[in-house]
Amino acid sequence: METILNLQHVSKTYKSGSRELTVLENVNLSLATGSTVSIVGPSGSGKTTLLGLCAGLDRASSGSVQIQHTRLENLNEDQLAAIRNKFIGFIFQNFQLMPTLTAVENVMVPMELRGEKKVRARSMELLEKVGLADRSHHYPAQLSGGEQQRVSIARAFSNKPLILFADEPTGNLDAETSGIIVKLIFDLNTEAGTTLVLVTHDAELAAKTQRIIQLRGGKVVSDKPTMAVV
Amino acid sequence: MDRINLSGKGVTKDFRFNLPWLIKMAWRDSRKSRSRLFLFISSVILGIAALVAIYSLGNNLQDELNNQAASLLGADLEISGRHATTPSIKKIIDSLGGQRSAQQNFASMVLFQKNSGTRLVQVRALQGAFPYYGSLETLPLSAGKIFLNSQQALVDETLMLQYGANVGDSIKVGEVSFAIAGKLLNAPGQTGFSSAIAPIVYIPLQYMKQTDLAQKGSRISYRYYFKFKKGTDVETLVQQIKPRLEKNDLNYETVESQKEDTGRSFTNLTRFLALVGFIALLLGCTGVASAVHVYIKEKINAIAILRCLGVRASQAFVIYLIQIVGIGFIGSFIGTVLGVFIQQFLPYVIKDFLPVAVNTPVSWPAVLQGMTLGIIISILFALLPLLSIRSISPLNALRVSFEPPLRRSDPLKWIIYVLIAIFVYAFTYVQMNSLVKALYFTGGIAGALLILTAIARGLMWTVKHFFPSSWNYLWRQGLANLYRPNNQTTILIISIGLGTALVCTLLFVQSALINRITLSTSANQPNIVLFDIQTNQEDSVSALATKFGLPVKERVPIVNMRLEDINGITAAQARKDSTIRLSRWLFSREYRVTYRDSLASSEKITSGTWKGKSKGNGLPEISVEQNFARRSGVEIGDTMTFNVQGSLMQTIVGSLREVNWGGIQTNFLVVFPTGLLEEAPQFHVLLTRVPSQQVSANFQQAMVKAYPNVSIIDLGLVLRVLDDILVKIGFVIRFMAGFSIVTGLVVLISSVLISKYQRLHESVLLRTLGGSRKQILAITALEYFFLGALAALTGILLALAASWALAHYTFETPFHPQITPVVVLFILVCGLTVLTGMANSRGLLTRSPLEVLRQEV
Repeated sequence: METILNLQHVSKTYKSGSRELTVLENVNLSLATGSTVSIVGPSGSGKTTLLGLCAGLDRASSGSVQIQHTRLENLNEDQLAAIRNKFIGFIFQNFQLMPTLTAVENVMVPMELRGEKKVRARSMELLEKVGLADRSHHYPAQLSGGEQQRVSIARAFSNKPLILFADEPTGNLDAETSGIIVKLIFDLNTEAGTTLVLVTHDAELAAKTQRIIQLRGGKVVSDKPTMAVV
Repeated sequence: MDRINLSGKGVTKDFRFNLPWLIKMAWRDSRKSRSRLFLFISSVILGIAALVAIYSLGNNLQDELNNQAASLLGADLEISGRHATTPSIKKIIDSLGGQRSAQQNFASMVLFQKNSGTRLVQVRALQGAFPYYGSLETLPLSAGKIFLNSQQALVDETLMLQYGANVGDSIKVGEVSFAIAGKLLNAPGQTGFSSAIAPIVYIPLQYMKQTDLAQKGSRISYRYYFKFKKGTDVETLVQQIKPRLEKNDLNYETVESQKEDTGRSFTNLTRFLALVGFIALLLGCTGVASAVHVYIKEKINAIAILRCLGVRASQAFVIYLIQIVGIGFIGSFIGTVLGVFIQQFLPYVIKDFLPVAVNTPVSWPAVLQGMTLGIIISILFALLPLLSIRSISPLNALRVSFEPPLRRSDPLKWIIYVLIAIFVYAFTYVQMNSLVKALYFTGGIAGALLILTAIARGLMWTVKHFFPSSWNYLWRQGLANLYRPNNQTTILIISIGLGTALVCTLLFVQSALINRITLSTSANQPNIVLFDIQTNQEDSVSALATKFGLPVKERVPIVNMRLEDINGITAAQARKDSTIRLSRWLFSREYRVTYRDSLASSEKITSGTWKGKSKGNGLPEISVEQNFARRSGVEIGDTMTFNVQGSLMQTIVGSLREVNWGGIQTNFLVVFPTGLLEEAPQFHVLLTRVPSQQVSANFQQAMVKAYPNVSIIDLGLVLRVLDDILVKIGFVIRFMAGFSIVTGLVVLISSVLISKYQRLHESVLLRTLGGSRKQILAITALEYFFLGALAALTGILLALAASWALAHYTFETPFHPQITPVVVLFILVCGLTVLTGMANSRGLLTRSPLEVLRQEV
């Protein structure tokens, strides 16, 4: 199967005063198109840093990050922004909706940014898919946590992303709502054939993906397939 | 599924800038912040209002001057000189044709016969139909015309009020009594100020001789007014006779030149006021910059989300720039409307300075200037914090605490600083029309802001490090709030401090000036100056003073003369040869010179040798004041030829003197030795001291009755007039400084509201932990008290330094600041700050902790 994401010898260091702090060290991994992967590990192991590098939100200190055949380190900030807009979807632990935009407007933003037409109708379709068509004109503050995450999922799928990055998508939700959200993510993911990269503490959720990469101290300590069925 | 085609730059080809979408996003994003955005911009509203009001006034004033220029002069041409009409002057006057009036102006005492009140006034003895344009505004209306027909006078309205005189009463000018024909309300070119300093009394010229006031050495200005047929080119006519006028020491004024002169002085006034208004605007702008800084910090997450969704850094920047442009426009519009409104009242504020009545229609150029200025300057200042948007990483959406690696100084930020400096400089240059002065002003503003910032930070540092840690919690918490993240302590200290400094400096300078005069008149210093005493009256005037028991402090002869040449170089030669560095005013001014054989107590020889008596061999040696010598380039050994009312007298500079001009005594630029000028036309000055107002009044009455030609300056009266003038000037400056102070308060209100959420969070936490409403209220009040106290202290310190420098270097007087007004001002500023802060924080205590904590989730 074709490789969609490929990391070669990726390291990330931060300067903290006079000393250097290595957050990721020599990470190598590749993801097949349409696969689902979990990145797990204790706090401070470098999960979020790895996700940020894979999604083009940050730059590696050394090594190479490739999405399909494009090396992200060769792109400038504007080109990275364009890649995020066209090919990448995000779901965050704290939903990260624009507080000043209604639910439907939040979903519309990525499409509007691409200059697409009839974005409101398409956004309404997406909200309908996540079961929130009737709350489209509510602001995030007027929605529950689960509802906010559903809006965020609708937004993430608005550009039919090649890769969906989800950072602890159920971390702020109760068990019941978490179940609904997880099902929604996996259903939509299967429907769209999107590659899913999930950062989580939740072993049960991680087990739903086809592969689990475990990080510890900035290094990949295990990379195993699961019993999950695509 | 899309196939990724990421091949280098091609990826952004269809990723357009899309301005309409950016505008839409700016609008959407502002939804919950519009009232706050309006608050940011409210701090520039007053500055813009002040400028629009001043510009409108300036434009309307210029229009009025253009329309009423002829009535300012009252004629097509005025010719004036210091000499009585000679045959050669008569020839020039006669050659001009047209209608003609003559007037002689001079200072003299008048006596109100009803109550024997006396006062030094400006007498105008008039003959002819002047003014030809405009009128002598009088009550009754006809008095302005009929007083010329008989032995009648027009008397300044305020003067009549002061002396309780009525129309029909008698007033004595010199030896002649005149019936008061009417109150003089206004004369051509007269302002409220000129009449306060020297009230005007008109008399018919035909009685001039009978008054016996035109004597040898009298300082009379002879004026001739002309009205020509319509279509006469006055400017060409003047150019033709100019050489003859100069030869006869005559000056001229045409409608055009009068318009230019008056226009220039009022342009200077409106420019000065515009600069004061501009300071308010700059203060407001620093407030905007600081508020936008906090606003953007709060928007970091929203911007990071947008960046995750693919919004470019430049697009995010433009979204917020659009918001600032929008509120900049709204703020400028409101400021402009307010300015047009304020303009209606400005003519009342400066009415005492105005020579013409000013209408207040909307001045569209002023409106346009105000709008443009407001938008440009709010954008320029907001750009500084806006630039930081470019460095907000999308990673912030993943990690709230993410801080991008520290950039070295952003070059764009420096460009903005340079742009702001250029803008301030350009604006100032347009106001001052001088590259150097504009540089001083811009440097001064930058310096003041830097000093205020440094003082503010220094004070904060000192308080932070030396504040006793044993104080109780409420005090410590109130104080610690000044250092909270996103605090606006420095900006508030700058804005409130600068306002306080302006008002405080004004108070200090005003009292320093008054003190100086008061000191001069205190103790044994002379407080009455008698001048225009003829040589034959000198002894008897002295005797009269002695009869009243008054000490004769000084008797000085004064001879008027002009400078003919220096080292053989005449005015004409100096004009022609640009390599000769002699000021023109050296030749055009009139020198009042004395002669004596010894130095006065206020004088000290600094170089050369003092010679008090002329020996008759060689050129007589004169002594020149050292600063005057330095300014005019005169050195020891130079020859100076003076024209002593017709006869030339060559002298040589024998010594230079240092003169203390501070006291009440006669001081001179040039002192002659005795033995030369004794027979020249001269008058004498006598200085004495009266113990009380009553003795002063009695003595003045006796003087005016016995010697009507002698003028009397009562320093007590001068002090009162000066006080009155300072109060009027102070009012105008306070009015303009008020814009800065109110701007400071608006910045305070906006910064309190901006940080309200943070305060809300803290107060809720405190209440959750068991803090009482009273305690939270006390912490808030203490925080604002500290803020107000630091700001007031900073302002007062700055004012003390500025006033000391002004007193020391400009007024050359010892500086003893009064404590009471400073304490009152300090309490006032602290009180206002606490009140404003508390009034805007009242919502903090009414919200339930749970409500706020829920919102947090």
